Amino acid sequence: MNQRPAIDLADLPTFGHGPRSPTWWGTLGFMALEGMGFALAAGAYLYLATLWPNWRLSAPAPNHWPGTIVTLLLVVSLVPNHMLNRYAKQCAMGPVRIGMVVMSLLGLAPLIVRWFEFPALNIYWDTNAYGSMIWVLLGLHTTHLITDVGDTIVLTVLMFTRHGYSGRRFGDVGDNVFYWDFVVLTWIPIYLLIYWVPRLG
Amino acid sequence: MSSADLTSERDLPPEREASARGDIAPERDGPRDTGMDDASLHRWLARTWRTPPGIIGALSSVDHKVIARRYLITAFLFLCLGGLNAVAMRIQLSGPQRGLIGPDLYNQLFTMHGVTMMFLFAVPIVQATGIYLVPLMVGTRNIAFPRLNAFGYWVYVSGGLFAWVSFALSMAPDVGWFAYVPLSGPEFGPGKRADVWAQMITYTEVSSLAVAVATIVTVLKQRAPGMSLDKIPLYVWALLVTSFVVVFAMPAVMITSTFLILDRLVGTHIFNPAEGGDALLFQHLFWFFGHPEVYIIFLPATGMVSSIIPAFARRPAFGHLGLVLSLIAVGFLSFGLWVHHMFATGLPKLGASFFTASSMLIAIPNGVQIFCWLATLWDGRPVIRTPLLFVFGFFFTFVIGGLTGVMLASVPLDLQVHDTYFVVAHFHYVLIGGSVFPLLGAAYFWFPKITGRMMSERLGRWHFWLALVGFNAAFFPMHIVGLWGMPRRVYTYPAELGWENINLFISAGAVLFFLSFVLFAFNLVHGALRGTPAGDNPWDAGTLEWATSSPPPSYNFARIPVVTNVEPLWAERVALPVASGLRVDARELIISTVAEAHPDIREKSATPSIWPLLAAIAVGATFLYSIFTPWAIVWGAAPIAVTLVGWFWPKGDPEDEE
Repeated sequence: MNQRPAIDLADLPTFGHGPRSPTWWGTLGFMALEGMGFALAAGAYLYLATLWPNWRLSAPAPNHWPGTIVTLLLVVSLVPNHMLNRYAKQCAMGPVRIGMVVMSLLGLAPLIVRWFEFPALNIYWDTNAYGSMIWVLLGLHTTHLITDVGDTIVLTVLMFTRHGYSGRRFGDVGDNVFYWDFVVLTWIPIYLLIYWVPRLG
Repeated sequence: MSSADLTSERDLPPEREASARGDIAPERDGPRDTGMDDASLHRWLARTWRTPPGIIGALSSVDHKVIARRYLITAFLFLCLGGLNAVAMRIQLSGPQRGLIGPDLYNQLFTMHGVTMMFLFAVPIVQATGIYLVPLMVGTRNIAFPRLNAFGYWVYVSGGLFAWVSFALSMAPDVGWFAYVPLSGPEFGPGKRADVWAQMITYTEVSSLAVAVATIVTVLKQRAPGMSLDKIPLYVWALLVTSFVVVFAMPAVMITSTFLILDRLVGTHIFNPAEGGDALLFQHLFWFFGHPEVYIIFLPATGMVSSIIPAFARRPAFGHLGLVLSLIAVGFLSFGLWVHHMFATGLPKLGASFFTASSMLIAIPNGVQIFCWLATLWDGRPVIRTPLLFVFGFFFTFVIGGLTGVMLASVPLDLQVHDTYFVVAHFHYVLIGGSVFPLLGAAYFWFPKITGRMMSERLGRWHFWLALVGFNAAFFPMHIVGLWGMPRRVYTYPAELGWENINLFISAGAVLFFLSFVLFAFNLVHGALRGTPAGDNPWDAGTLEWATSSPPPSYNFARIPVVTNVEPLWAERVALPVASGLRVDARELIISTVAEAHPDIREKSATPSIWPLLAAIAVGATFLYSIFTPWAIVWGAAPIAVTLVGWFWPKGDPEDEE
């Protein structure tokens, strides 16, 4: 088929941040499907909770303190997370490196406290369906926490190599910030569901 | 046209200066295509975009066409296997109390038939068609996240192999394709069969979710300059809506299968009513996926119909906007119907009435689509070729399936025929009529693009009539035998019931239908080897995939087209407007804005890599091991992490930097 030149795109940039970049949209897509998974697991919990009038099935209430500490750590981590995003947009290597190290540590900290959250549930997964569901909810979020912390650490190492000096890498840092927001935000309803909803009944 | 027509200042914000600022290495610029002659351009692009030679090279391919071809062939092989399951069952049922197949094998056969057709054939083949066509139709050089796409294929293959090797070892699931608890639970489903079902589901859903995300981003961000939302081809719209449905529906079945395997493996009680769980929860979760699943299979088929009809009616589709809105409406409504699969479970009356109403409601946008297609044909000058014949077959068959669907949506009738052959007839009319007939039409329509050769028109017509007659002979009598009360999933029936003649007739129809696929396979092979050369655009169709050679080169388009119309090739008969300014020594493509498709970024597309295959092997081995011990997840995490790091770690190609 014959062709005629219509536009020249030689001056277009080679990377973009946020919604300009396809990776941002891909991350959003995965958030949507994982968020759907969270919503369905939470829905299954509420379905069983409304089905059984004596829900919690005479299990002891969970100790909320480890969960509350995790929540506080996660919420606090949003501040450096968004400072990091600003530096990534400016492609400022020094502050981005510091920010990535800080975010790796702030990812590991709730993971350590999370270790103490499971026994604080005061029930095992195989005791009854209530125990199964809160282990599932906590396990689902822990999986996300582990994978995102792993991802953050690898990216931190990458930013200390020569591969870091690339617009694309700074875009990756921005997407990592975006995904951490998701990990924090999904925790809030799960936290309420595990520790506070059973106390209502 | 100048760049100013397509790119306003607002859409190219000052980030361009930002890219030159900060701690980034300056772009190592390479040669551009501006002003380059066609022969040199081809030489450069062919070298940059090629799949490396050798076995490792082939396994590293990230070319969407190569991956799609593998997907299509694999899915076709699974269709043949699932078809053989069906033939075996029909031979057993051709007479009363035949002893060919015992109940245990029969249970595995109908489960494998359903699982194979739904998870290993129908969903993968519609997605594979999209992987091949969507990047071509939106005028880009590769799918978004090409390595993720390759990973999706490998995970799909390992899931399919897992299921079929289990079948060979007599370890295949035997609990029906939807594997209801308590039958599939720890108490009534001993052995590993139900675990095979659960993990096989997880594999294939991981794969189809990956493809869905890649498709969505390709459509939203990689459209050719000028292809604003109103100029997106209907087929691409269909795949976009389908991919969204996948993103929101598939997690439900992954949650279901994960809950099931937890109950079976580590003793949770999610579906166990004795310990505060609930068996119906399984059905809710499964059908929250299962009903949209029908539309995941059906919507891409409507996209195929919307491509075939304008090409042969010789005019653009009537009611383009109405067709797009119908697709979106069906996508949304598909999530509000799931309970109509559960009318026999004794749900509250009001709830059942709601789902009856919503099940009838979805007939409206589907009806709108049918009338738009009829209007297109009415106003056009239809040229009757094999693809269009299959579209006619689709109308006829799907409308019958839709009518029995409206019947089944009413609770009293549903209760009467629940779990009988009436339901079997209904969903085969919907699935084969609604999806397989359009797929066969699509095969004849796009085969020339994929292979560069035509399929035989004469054999195509034989194939069509054989398929239509065989299908209706096999499935129409099932309505009747179902109303007589024959239940599905029985391996035999006593002679006194008087069902033998009609069953023999059904079995003969099934064999005829199977033979039509043998003829189709012959036509495919014959066409690929001996078919007449097709040229770029044998049907004189209007969308972008016909603007490039058949088969398309590795880089799809030597220059990215600029789109001015919904049928760009009909609007620009003299010369297709194209863009220039891209590098030819690196895999560059255009990222555009979501709504208007203004060109925004020159993005690098990923290079071939063996790591997606290695990651898929690590993931596959973990899933396989996990049916034996939950520790598999812990041990599998390390190889998965290593392969993912290998996948994402930059190797110093120009594509990794910038």
